[in-house]
Amino acid sequence: MNEGSKKTIKTLCFAVVGMFTFSFALVPLYNVFCEVTGLNGKIELKATSDKSIEIDNGRDISVQFVSHNNEEMPWTFKPSEDVIKIKTGKYHTATFYVKNPTNKKMTAQAIPSVAPSNAASHLKKLECFCFEQQELAPGEEALLPVRMIFDDELPDSIKSVVLSYTLFDVTDYNDVELTRHHHDGDDEGHEMESSL
Amino acid sequence: MSAVIESHNHDDHHHGPAKGLTRWLYTTNHKDIGTLYLWFSFAMFLIGGAMALVIRAELFEPGMQIVEPEFYNQMLTLHGLIMVFGAVMPAFVGLANWLVPMMVGAPDMALPRMNNLSFWILPVAFFILLSSLFMEGGAPNFGWTFYAPLSTTYAPPSTTFFIFSVHIMGASSIMGSINVIVTIMNMRAPGMTLMKMPLFVWSWLITAYLLIAVMPVLAGAVTMMLMDIHFGTSFFNAAGGGDPVLFQHIFWFFGHPEVYIMILPAFGITSHIIETFSRKQLFGHTSMVWAMTSIAILSFVVWAHHMFTVGLPLAAELFFMWATMLIAVPTGVKVFNWVTTMFKGSITYETPMLFAIAFVVLFTIGGFSGLMLAITPADFQYHDTYFVVAHFHYVLVPGSIFSIMAAVYFWIPKWTGNMYDERLGKLHFWLSFVGVNVTFFPQHWIGLAGMPRRYPDYALQFADWNMVSSVGAFLFGASQILFLFIVLKTVMGGKKATPEVWEGSRGLEWTIESPAPYHTFTTPPKVN
Repeated sequence: MNEGSKKTIKTLCFAVVGMFTFSFALVPLYNVFCEVTGLNGKIELKATSDKSIEIDNGRDISVQFVSHNNEEMPWTFKPSEDVIKIKTGKYHTATFYVKNPTNKKMTAQAIPSVAPSNAASHLKKLECFCFEQQELAPGEEALLPVRMIFDDELPDSIKSVVLSYTLFDVTDYNDVELTRHHHDGDDEGHEMESSL
Repeated sequence: MSAVIESHNHDDHHHGPAKGLTRWLYTTNHKDIGTLYLWFSFAMFLIGGAMALVIRAELFEPGMQIVEPEFYNQMLTLHGLIMVFGAVMPAFVGLANWLVPMMVGAPDMALPRMNNLSFWILPVAFFILLSSLFMEGGAPNFGWTFYAPLSTTYAPPSTTFFIFSVHIMGASSIMGSINVIVTIMNMRAPGMTLMKMPLFVWSWLITAYLLIAVMPVLAGAVTMMLMDIHFGTSFFNAAGGGDPVLFQHIFWFFGHPEVYIMILPAFGITSHIIETFSRKQLFGHTSMVWAMTSIAILSFVVWAHHMFTVGLPLAAELFFMWATMLIAVPTGVKVFNWVTTMFKGSITYETPMLFAIAFVVLFTIGGFSGLMLAITPADFQYHDTYFVVAHFHYVLVPGSIFSIMAAVYFWIPKWTGNMYDERLGKLHFWLSFVGVNVTFFPQHWIGLAGMPRRYPDYALQFADWNMVSSVGAFLFGASQILFLFIVLKTVMGGKKATPEVWEGSRGLEWTIESPAPYHTFTTPPKVN
């Protein structure tokens, strides 16, 4: 084999390794892109401490709260108020009611999303129950707070914002994840057998 | 084909092939490996086709008759995966193996042992994939696009085997592409500059680069799935900070170049056949090269047109709409190129030419429905309906598959030394042509009327056209048995082919005798 071929092979192997790495680099790139642009309604899962966004003469907007339970998450999960009227540049605290109706201790994680998506980058949170996992004992209930502010840069066309939370059951996450998957698979397997 | 090639053993300064099964197992000869790829692809085409017929049989009438919905989903998934990765791609690699060295005047592929490996891991991959049908929980059932979380949280346990088989297929494709690129870049006959290269070689050079760029991304996507399923990561799981939409971005970043991987070699094949049977030089060789190159580059910036309905921002929807429509320009260049080549040519209609002309017409129909789908607001209506199914089957069946059949008829005299039966070839063409249109054209209408894809049952108003479509599918399926018969008959014997085979043939492969000796161009030819 001549030198030219060896060089081509080397370059191509680098390209293959490079593209495989690139596919993983897409993950942080995607998240950074979404956070910077506020696309996809993603908001940062961390508290802001910026005081300068507080102003006195903000405009009125309405905020609707939406709550979902992911898959078969059994908790009761609903906003205390469905719609609130607030002013931009003013902090407001909203609460969500949760209850664990089961007889076992469970852990949950709420994931926020904002619509329209170009409002996402203007929503700042001082405190949110979505910043960490929530643990409830059997039958326990709680009011979870979110303290938030919309900065005054919020585009004028936006008069109403939807803040949605999806509650995920993460009780079994990480440690028993494997067994849970296999268990699910087994169940499907039995269904399949009977149906075939 | 073996019998024919072996008859040239007396050609003493060439080494003949080894005898028996080990010939095929250990072979490093590009012609043997090309043959293996083509037969493998044909076997997969029949298996994937049988699965399609299970689907069409179930959809013959509304209501559930033949299979359970779970099994229907498995058929749907495996049909897609097998046709894409098992039938179309290996067929093109097989054609590349047979033709690229002969067309550039090289003695063999640059890396013959890797060539053997890249073929022989393919049957392993598909054995693993097909064996998942017999596993507890059944085969993968989430569609060939395997969107998370269907393919992670809700997937059957056999998904791990699916992931492994995709890794093997990817490795095979990557090795095949490296081989093609190294051969083309370094082993061309003296005097064959890049712009003098035949278009099939050009189309494969571009395809191979696309494969190198995106197969690793597919490998990355399935690796992330594997980690989400087994190692507690959350790439695509929102509860852990991941995002299912991210999966679609990564998948289609691979997926859109992938659909061009399945059509670019067809462009090359069609160009050769049309110029041969028009007895004219191709209208524009350079413009064809540039058109293919621009299509390949554009394929990297249009992926999100598969995801218009996931909630993209307006700017992104506009960008991906315009970028997608831009692809119509180089595609138009190609279609007009073929048409102007035929214009005032002395055309004869042998079987390869019939398939090539059908390719131009029907691929263009598929291209137009693609343009309709590219219109973002319209796509909200068409998304996930049978219109999409009709669109991609029009570009893949009378597109890619017809071009592969055209190529087989066109070059089989060179491979076997025998002419195929022209009468049967034409019969095969007309049966396939009618079958394909009867199958897929009505799907445009039921799609526009709102029938969603991927369901085993449908509302009553779609019944008539579904029945027509199923009849067409069985006609098309049955006519492929005729194809198998024609190929076998040609391998066994037939009218002897001359070296140039066709009256208007041009290119190095037609300067060597038919059948092509086991070793060709051991001393490179001179190209002017």
